[in-house]
Amino acid sequence: MPNPTTSLLSIRGLVKHFDISGGLLDQLTLEKGRLRRRRTTVKALNDVSFEIRRGETLSVVGESGCGKSTLARTVIGLYPPNRGQVIYGDQRIDHLTARQMLPFRRRMQMIFQDPYASLNPRMTVARILEEPVIFHNPGMSAAAAAEKVADVMDQVGVDPKWADRYPHEFSGGQRQRISIARALMVDPEFIVADEPVSALDVSIQAQILNLLMDAQEQRGLTYLFITHDLSVVRHISTRVAVMYLGTLCELAPAASIFNQPRHPYTQALLSAIPRLGEQRSRHIRLKGEVPTPIHLPSGCVFHGRCLYADERCRQEVPTATPLGPDGLVACHRVAEGKM
Amino acid sequence: MKAWWRFKNSYFFYSFRRDPVALVSFSVFFFLVLVSLFAPVIAPHNPYDTSTIDVMDAEIPPSWMDGGQERFWLGTDIQGRDLYSTMLYGLRTSVAIGIGAVLFQGILGIVVGLTAGYVGGRVDGFLMRVADIQFSIPYLIVAIITSAIFQLAFGVGRFEQLAMPLLILIIGISEWPKYARTVRASVLGEKQKEYVEAARVIGLNPVRIMYRHILPNTLTPVLVISTIQVAQAVMSEAALSFLGLGMPVTKPSLGSLIKAGFQYVFSGSWWITTFPGILLVTFTLVVILFGDWLRDVLNPKLYKG
Repeated sequence: MPNPTTSLLSIRGLVKHFDISGGLLDQLTLEKGRLRRRRTTVKALNDVSFEIRRGETLSVVGESGCGKSTLARTVIGLYPPNRGQVIYGDQRIDHLTARQMLPFRRRMQMIFQDPYASLNPRMTVARILEEPVIFHNPGMSAAAAAEKVADVMDQVGVDPKWADRYPHEFSGGQRQRISIARALMVDPEFIVADEPVSALDVSIQAQILNLLMDAQEQRGLTYLFITHDLSVVRHISTRVAVMYLGTLCELAPAASIFNQPRHPYTQALLSAIPRLGEQRSRHIRLKGEVPTPIHLPSGCVFHGRCLYADERCRQEVPTATPLGPDGLVACHRVAEGKM
Repeated sequence: MKAWWRFKNSYFFYSFRRDPVALVSFSVFFFLVLVSLFAPVIAPHNPYDTSTIDVMDAEIPPSWMDGGQERFWLGTDIQGRDLYSTMLYGLRTSVAIGIGAVLFQGILGIVVGLTAGYVGGRVDGFLMRVADIQFSIPYLIVAIITSAIFQLAFGVGRFEQLAMPLLILIIGISEWPKYARTVRASVLGEKQKEYVEAARVIGLNPVRIMYRHILPNTLTPVLVISTIQVAQAVMSEAALSFLGLGMPVTKPSLGSLIKAGFQYVFSGSWWITTFPGILLVTFTLVVILFGDWLRDVLNPKLYKG
């Protein structure tokens, strides 16, 4: 059970499938002379459970298409989950109506990946920023809203004098600062950041990461941080969750996951980080390709590429079991104590 | 003031000044719209006022020809109305119907296209099939049936009074799917962008997201087709009037003037149909040329901003 004093948000058995079969006519196929309706679904999330603690930065890493962004969008309520629960504090929020959801909207916000697409090109920065505050505080005066906009712009390092400009007049880094400012406008306590630095230059990435960490310190924010950049993860995270093909492989404190990865996939993933002065590569080479999320492998989704897979891995889906006080790992071999 | 300054320095205005076709077509269009707006002030006669019309003045040729009179610069029509004044009033009627029809079809098409594109699924399927069905019925058939029913139900006298709103309705209804499809296509592109998700994360309701966030970003193609659609609507109106389904001869549009004069072309009174014809062609040509330029300059593949 999640402990309400430490756990801010927990997800339980989250499943999200996307139907990509198109219209009714596209679904019909002729099979042995009989007309059948066939649906194609992408299994983006399969039974993912973990909890996010108050004040921590939980990073989710994994390769493209492993369901990181789907996880972020399901947690924030952009996608309704097919099964499972999202619990904020002590209240379930995944099935609320738009009106019931409103009080939670101001407690959780999101920062997006592409700073060129996440700001409305036809709105000035001032309008982009004041919209959430005025929407959530209908009685607020225009002067108070403007003051709040100037305040937050100052905090994220964008000169409030530029509030009347349009997004295309800013650089990528400045736009991302404005995007962060928009999320901070309603004074949230939880922020989902979906690859917030992936679209930026490396020199700008560090500035934005520092801005995020400063904001966390000043406001006591909790982050769910989606990324595929492992060096960013090491820099910012309290705990790290590793995902593969829509399932959670391992969750552990940042230091221990980098020093002592337990799950075979985590080991392979982390071994891919190049190290300075390394003579012989310690890179664990995985065979094959990531299977398609339309037809998931039986048993452990990683068994086809795992160096240690046995018969049980092919048959039985491993469940995430606690490992230490802060971790989870979903691997039969680890559970059996053989690794 | 700031908006004007932005506009003056924009790429849009720069390319407008550099393009002679755009300059000329827009000037002519602007001039014609002004002239039609101020027709009551400019025109020497009022063709709607039957007390000033004398049948004895009928079929007087233009003033520079034999038998022409100074009073009637472009001659008179079969009822003795000054052709120049009647054309100004006719242009006014045509432009009013054209712009009215475009506003009507634009509003209808934008609402349908925005809803279909944003909501998606079954709503999208239903609305777009309705648009397809509407598009597959030629507007002439809609016009013939509507005006026939209307004339039967309300009588010819009432029809003459209500011809203008009826024409706006007919042309608007037959052309709205163009807007609906254009808007839906750009909404499908826009709604995947992250600023829409950001608006949803804020908790804004779908109507506000549709009209305040997505709509302003889909207006460029709407602007482009609107110009072409004005020309299209003016031509449709002329065609309907020419067939006798449009404006009555007592309140002539350019189309009904052409129709009225057409019967007298071979008896020598060529001016009654020719001058309104030239005016109609000029008007639609400049609108289409301007729309063409607008499409080029606002094409995101050629210029982004």
